[in-house]
Amino acid sequence: MSQPLKGPQPLPDARSAPPRQMVRLIVNGTEREVAVRPYDVLLDTLRNDLGLTGTTRGCDMGTCGCCTVHMDGVPQLSCLTLTLLAEGAEIRTIEDVAPLGTDLHPVQRAFATQGGSQCGFCTPGFVMTVTELLDRNPSPSDDEIRRAISGNMCRCTGYNKIVDSVRTAAAELRGEVTPKAPEESVPTPVGPYDKVRSPGGNGR
Amino acid sequence: MSAPESGVVRSPQGVGQRVPLIDGASKVTGSAVYTDDLKMPGMLVGKILRSPLPHAKIVSIDTSRAEAMPGVKAIVTGSGDMAKFGVLPISKDEVALAVDRVKYVGDCVAGVAADTEEIAMAAMAAIDVRYEPLRVFDKAEDSLEDIDPGLKINPDTRHASNLHKEVNQNFGDVDAAIAAAAHVASGKFRFVGVTHAFTEPHCVIAHFEPTGRLTIWSATQVPHYLHRDLSAVMEMPMHKVRVVRPMVGGAFGGKSDPFPHEMIASLLSRKTGRPVKILFDREEVFLTNHGRHPTKTSVTVACDENGKLTGLDLDALIDGGAWGSFGVVTTYYNGVLSAGPYDLGNFRYRGRRVYTNKAPCGAMRGHGAVNSRFAFEVLVDELAEKCGLDPAEIRRRNLLTSNTTTLNGFRITSNGTAECIRRVVEASDWDKKRGRLPYGEGIGIACGFYISGSALRINWNKVPQSTAHLKIDMDGGVTVHCLAAEIGQGSDTMLAQCVAEVLGLPIDWVRVCARDTDTDPIDLGSYSSRVTFMAGLAASRAAEVIRQKLCQAASRLTGRPAEGFDTRQCEVVFLPEPEVRVHYLDAVLEAIAGKGALIAKGCYHDAPKMGGDHKGAAAGLSPTYSFQAYVTQTKVDPETGFIKPMKVWAAHDCGKALNPLAVEMQIEGCLHMGLGQAMMESFGYNRMTVSNPNLLDYKIPSALEMPDVEVHIVESNDPEGPFGAKEAGEGPLLPILPSLANAVTDAVGVRFYELPMTPDRVLNAIEKKERAAARTASGKKRTPEESVR
Repeated sequence: MSQPLKGPQPLPDARSAPPRQMVRLIVNGTEREVAVRPYDVLLDTLRNDLGLTGTTRGCDMGTCGCCTVHMDGVPQLSCLTLTLLAEGAEIRTIEDVAPLGTDLHPVQRAFATQGGSQCGFCTPGFVMTVTELLDRNPSPSDDEIRRAISGNMCRCTGYNKIVDSVRTAAAELRGEVTPKAPEESVPTPVGPYDKVRSPGGNGR
Repeated sequence: MSAPESGVVRSPQGVGQRVPLIDGASKVTGSAVYTDDLKMPGMLVGKILRSPLPHAKIVSIDTSRAEAMPGVKAIVTGSGDMAKFGVLPISKDEVALAVDRVKYVGDCVAGVAADTEEIAMAAMAAIDVRYEPLRVFDKAEDSLEDIDPGLKINPDTRHASNLHKEVNQNFGDVDAAIAAAAHVASGKFRFVGVTHAFTEPHCVIAHFEPTGRLTIWSATQVPHYLHRDLSAVMEMPMHKVRVVRPMVGGAFGGKSDPFPHEMIASLLSRKTGRPVKILFDREEVFLTNHGRHPTKTSVTVACDENGKLTGLDLDALIDGGAWGSFGVVTTYYNGVLSAGPYDLGNFRYRGRRVYTNKAPCGAMRGHGAVNSRFAFEVLVDELAEKCGLDPAEIRRRNLLTSNTTTLNGFRITSNGTAECIRRVVEASDWDKKRGRLPYGEGIGIACGFYISGSALRINWNKVPQSTAHLKIDMDGGVTVHCLAAEIGQGSDTMLAQCVAEVLGLPIDWVRVCARDTDTDPIDLGSYSSRVTFMAGLAASRAAEVIRQKLCQAASRLTGRPAEGFDTRQCEVVFLPEPEVRVHYLDAVLEAIAGKGALIAKGCYHDAPKMGGDHKGAAAGLSPTYSFQAYVTQTKVDPETGFIKPMKVWAAHDCGKALNPLAVEMQIEGCLHMGLGQAMMESFGYNRMTVSNPNLLDYKIPSALEMPDVEVHIVESNDPEGPFGAKEAGEGPLLPILPSLANAVTDAVGVRFYELPMTPDRVLNAIEKKERAAARTASGKKRTPEESVR
């Protein structure tokens, strides 16, 4: 009667949890060593031990695709991957897609500008799935795009703008379109701006 | 608040421009911070022990073994002294933790805070709870019986049964209208529950700080209501409670209640002095639901020989689950939101919401209106058939006009339904397709009608519904403070756009702070499709105050009268002599000279007085309403029963699209959710527990199931909305379900009174129809074999 209903059955005694063991992972090109329990999944290791919170947790059972990362170049659900089994693999997360932060990958740029991302919680998973798709297939048909992302769940967009985003990114990656530079409609002064300079102003 | 004359662009990202969401870059890089991404020093893991029984007396709870476990820092259980809470002041029936009784499988029995998740789980297993099962209320009908007061799920109602709320409204004489009608269509509709299925599970961190203040970070749509109820439950003054809303990973109404887990985390933190995080797993999200109510709806619609509607009779029995939540509103909305977009002639509604021993139902996108709209629109098609009228034509004949009042007293101002119908009928080539597609293909139409914010606030006080503060210092950047909750729908972008438009600035000069009750003035939250209308007006009005100050500053600098200036493209321009202009930054410097940073506030207080004087007249009143018309074309495989929607032409009157990109995003998202309910989603129960509490068994449409969507934005320019705008977040969900069902009828000749239209149901319906046709053709009586089937 007093059993909790959910989740994995609790261990009889937390202190008797199996010991941690060291695992060597290559995450975003950097070798990392982490102490993990045998049952730890890669998603927890990335989020909790390595602080890579861009990979999100939606369902814990491989149904939503939010936690998608690349393992040796292949999209993988990190919530279903035991960390121990990732030993030695090259793991790439969303944080490495635009490592410089501001210089977005074309896929990221397209999701941000074409309406492919609303609440954003599923977006990193989509970006990981789509970057791999476009590496493999630079000119996917709409049907191929939809098949590729059918394991990623999004509740906000209705997917059509995601498909638009993928098409846009693919065209940019193929070099067919260059992204528009942000328009600077009015020059913005840089640095402390203390002096009155308007043409009609009294400080000229 | 109006836009400048056409052709004048004040801001490159101003009103009417396709503006990507301003937080897009942080979301696509994974740097957006959601609640579970936050880590506090010394933070404990919180877990909730949930009831395994649907209805039971708690005989005893023994936490001593669990409390003695190393690493367990605190355990809390329910107490009768704790204040009850709930989003509506008229039905505050929720408790943070069960007191004496559990009311559904998943009800909160105890909260545990421990050093690690493993320890917390082990501690939960060590808590010994003894239950004594009580009679379980499963079916909504059973909850209508008078019962022993001790069995009432909510003992505080004034009913002798488990009835929560009953609404009876009557306008005109429906019985007479039906008796005199040329044609009548009626049906008993059944709707299972559906749920939001947002991607981010609930998560909360509470920190009772040594200063005596409580800070809570929570994935919520309603920081203000959480603030209020935390203050009541924790017995703390509101100013000592701080609510912070990190990024929210989708909500759709599912995060619009103050929740027990938010109270439990706070109680655990007060007991330990340490931050406590409670993160739900997906099963817990399902167990606690708050989704759309399962409903049994009986509807009769009558019309005269010309297809003019003469009466609507609607009766809804609504299964509310164990708590009130938004249920009183739901009970009204199931009826009153049928009052448009058609002139009904006569209208009667009875709505009853009952408590049952299931997870509470609450608000979900299209709140209360979706199921009744489905029933109504399916029957309008049936009437069209009986009248020999085209389904688009019967709708055209019954539309309300602009600037009118509905039968039940709703004030209609702008109304673009006729234009919506015209657009989708033309674009879809309706006249060539309806009734003329080959068997197995069909096309259907339906309309919609929804509120754009509730005219009356939930809590009767004098706080404006939305307030925005603006601040500009010498850096020139504009900070907008407003508690409107960004939940992915783009409310931050909308606020920034309104301000950028008024001040004539590129949008990247505007930064939005909309997440902290310490600094951001009250907006009631993201529900009832109110944010664009109300927070948009508040922010625009605040910006207007600053615009005036900038014009005065420019006037001082140039010696021209302030009235002649306007803010355009980073300049304050004297319109009579456009060469006389002052850079925005110069105007700012002049305006703050000797006075300090520019500060302004704006608010949306209340809609003008409106509505009738009947009981419940306030429910459904809105400062304005949105309207929709959709045409859906579908394939139905008569061999397998699979429905494959091919294309949707979706016309939505949002008044004015402040951001057409964002409006399309909302419409397409609505369509996805509506198609899910129409085709596959079903919140199931097996022996009173959720039978499909995960996203594998609770199936939502994937990218493969989405049809092509052609959005038509209709702009009726609302006289009161910000720049003419009204809502786009919920109304667009309504017409997709009936337009698909009506298309299925066109395709295979069967009509659906039950959702979802799963392949087995479609196939059964087709076979039933074929058998009936065969009987008619052969003129034979039923064979024994057929009778058995």
